[in-house]
Amino acid sequence: MLKNRLFYLFALLLAVGLVLGACGTADDEDTGNGGDTENEQAEGGDQAEEGGATDFKVGMVTDVGGVDDKSFNQSAWEGLKAFGEEQGMTEMEGYTYAQSESNADYNTNLNRLVREEYNLIFGIGFMLADAITQVSGQYPDTNFAIVDSVVEADNVASITFQEHVGSFLVGVAAAQKTQSNKVGFIGGVDSELINKFEVGFRAGVASVNPDIQVEVQYAGAFDKADKGKQIASFMYNSGIDVIYHAAGGTGNGVFTEAKDLKKNDPDGNYWVIGVDRDQYEEGAVPDTDDNVTLTSMVKRVDVAVADVATRAMNGEFPGGEILAYGLNDNGIAVAETNKEALTEEILNEVNSWKERIAAGEVEVPQNHDELEAYLGNL
Amino acid sequence: MANKKYSFVLVALISVLLGLLAGAIIMLVSGYNPINGYAALWEGAFGDLYFTGETLRRITPLILAGLAVGFAFRTGLFNIGVEGQVIVGWLAAIWAGTAFELPTLIHLPFAILVAALAGAFWGFIPGLLKAKLHVHEVIVTIMLNYTALYIANHVIRTLLTDGKDSTPYVAESASLRTEWLTNLTQFSSMHLGIIIAVFGAFVMWFLLERTTQGYELRSVGFNQHASKYAGMKVDRKIILSMVISGAFAGVAGAMEGLGTFQHMYVMSGFTNIGFDGIAVALLGGNAGLGIVFAAGLFGTLKAGALNMPLEAGVPSELVDIVIALIIFFVAGSYMIRWILSRFQKEGK
Repeated sequence: MLKNRLFYLFALLLAVGLVLGACGTADDEDTGNGGDTENEQAEGGDQAEEGGATDFKVGMVTDVGGVDDKSFNQSAWEGLKAFGEEQGMTEMEGYTYAQSESNADYNTNLNRLVREEYNLIFGIGFMLADAITQVSGQYPDTNFAIVDSVVEADNVASITFQEHVGSFLVGVAAAQKTQSNKVGFIGGVDSELINKFEVGFRAGVASVNPDIQVEVQYAGAFDKADKGKQIASFMYNSGIDVIYHAAGGTGNGVFTEAKDLKKNDPDGNYWVIGVDRDQYEEGAVPDTDDNVTLTSMVKRVDVAVADVATRAMNGEFPGGEILAYGLNDNGIAVAETNKEALTEEILNEVNSWKERIAAGEVEVPQNHDELEAYLGNL
Repeated sequence: MANKKYSFVLVALISVLLGLLAGAIIMLVSGYNPINGYAALWEGAFGDLYFTGETLRRITPLILAGLAVGFAFRTGLFNIGVEGQVIVGWLAAIWAGTAFELPTLIHLPFAILVAALAGAFWGFIPGLLKAKLHVHEVIVTIMLNYTALYIANHVIRTLLTDGKDSTPYVAESASLRTEWLTNLTQFSSMHLGIIIAVFGAFVMWFLLERTTQGYELRSVGFNQHASKYAGMKVDRKIILSMVISGAFAGVAGAMEGLGTFQHMYVMSGFTNIGFDGIAVALLGGNAGLGIVFAAGLFGTLKAGALNMPLEAGVPSELVDIVIALIIFFVAGSYMIRWILSRFQKEGK
């Protein structure tokens, strides 16, 4: 009996191997797309020569959000695509992206692009910081860039944004807009990065009026719209009328809740402040002219990605540097799409704070300790 | 008995083939070349030593998670909580790996043991509730998954670090990685865990098939009332089964903590290792060797899937569809069995 069983299991192994193996070989003969590594490298070389204009190749690895996350992965890919098209590159050859399905995929994807001889590889999101640290050490001849985090290595450029400054400014807008003197903040995962949003926002609100209450909640996830909706519902019920979300996909639930409320009660105050991209379209209440998006804290990942790619292509790769994109280089902006809600008066106030920050009169806090100190000095 | 085993292996094999075939048809219908697609998949899983190493390390926790689910299954328990047990195991391994300084020979086994104990404890809770209060283990384990996730995040933020998002790396002496394996596989994250995982499959087989306890556990799985009538302490068996199952899951977590990642970070969602373990156990027929093969297949598919969009333009989600279809065919094995029996009758 034992013999029999072993035999069949062995047969299973062989058969599976055969089937998969057959696929591989067939392809070698038919299209030459697969093949062994030597073949591929030879092909890669050919393509670069055929490309003519440039043999610069740039790729990016997404975090688990994927390139269609309506947030910074998508923004990064848009930036890379724009760069590639401008340089006359073809997708998949000159520029490409590798999508990660889980945290376990980051290393594999980075290595894959290194092996296909990409000159510059972006890691999108702070989740990739560890993977970039490791891989950049193993391949010192390849250039890497990490978005939203800092990796200290000579072949890595760290792309950061002054989210706290942008959040401060939308905080000013929220403080101007609120009538109940209660505003809310919904974060994705309680982490250093998202704390930067929270702290900036709270500082901005308090700078206008220290008596305004800020309710802070973390959803614990970036992809749970239902949870975002639930928290938003609770907040609006407790009298909060402006919610700033820094929660990616979770934030979509905040918009849903605000739109539902606004639809049933067109005169009520239900505002949402978007994040990363201008989320004006997300806020349009169906069948009405209302829009619940007060403004958005726009973080131009696309601008930063295209900028670093251009510099690398021109041989000026900012390796080892920490790039902080902010108000001056359009890395951070306050969306002004909803003219009706974001009145002239509010905008003037936002702009005056913007100038004071630019002039160095105001030092926007970046973490909870700095926030305490900042609030103490008000 | 032998015949039943034979027919299960055949059903599993046919399910895999049907799944791959259906995947090919879906690719064809959506306008992709299935041969290119599967070639890219193969290339991405075993294209060179690096990818082979990555595939093997991906298979490692899947085997152990499959064993955890399979072991509970054999005792008639549905442990959906493997996911949570993996997370606490991972966390415990990191704690043991960072908090102590010991020689490798003691440190590494100690860290794995701590992970196993943590997972076992996380399995003990639903086992106890099931045995004493008849609370259904599915409900408790599902809830404990979330509890584990959020507790782990909190512990990382407050106890293991000072408000940081990820823990320090484990000490060299607690790491499952070895230089020669890393160099052999061109810097892949492959580690020695695969040996532990395969050994785990042997342990499961030995426990269930060669010990009195195992006999009783299986007996409870077949029929609780008959087992009770025969004088077995069913309550204790249920708890024991969940504890052992949880221990396997905890070791799976240790593989991630001490091998693949070497640290732990604040997670915004599940690792899915535990949930994939359910599929692995199902395809592997809840038997040690079967689970090793099933984990091998799923690990290969998942590793190779990442290469499909890059080389063949096929979305990697397609592999999820193929895996889902394989599970569908295994679950719907009645159909395959029926067709097989028709063939056999005609043969006679």
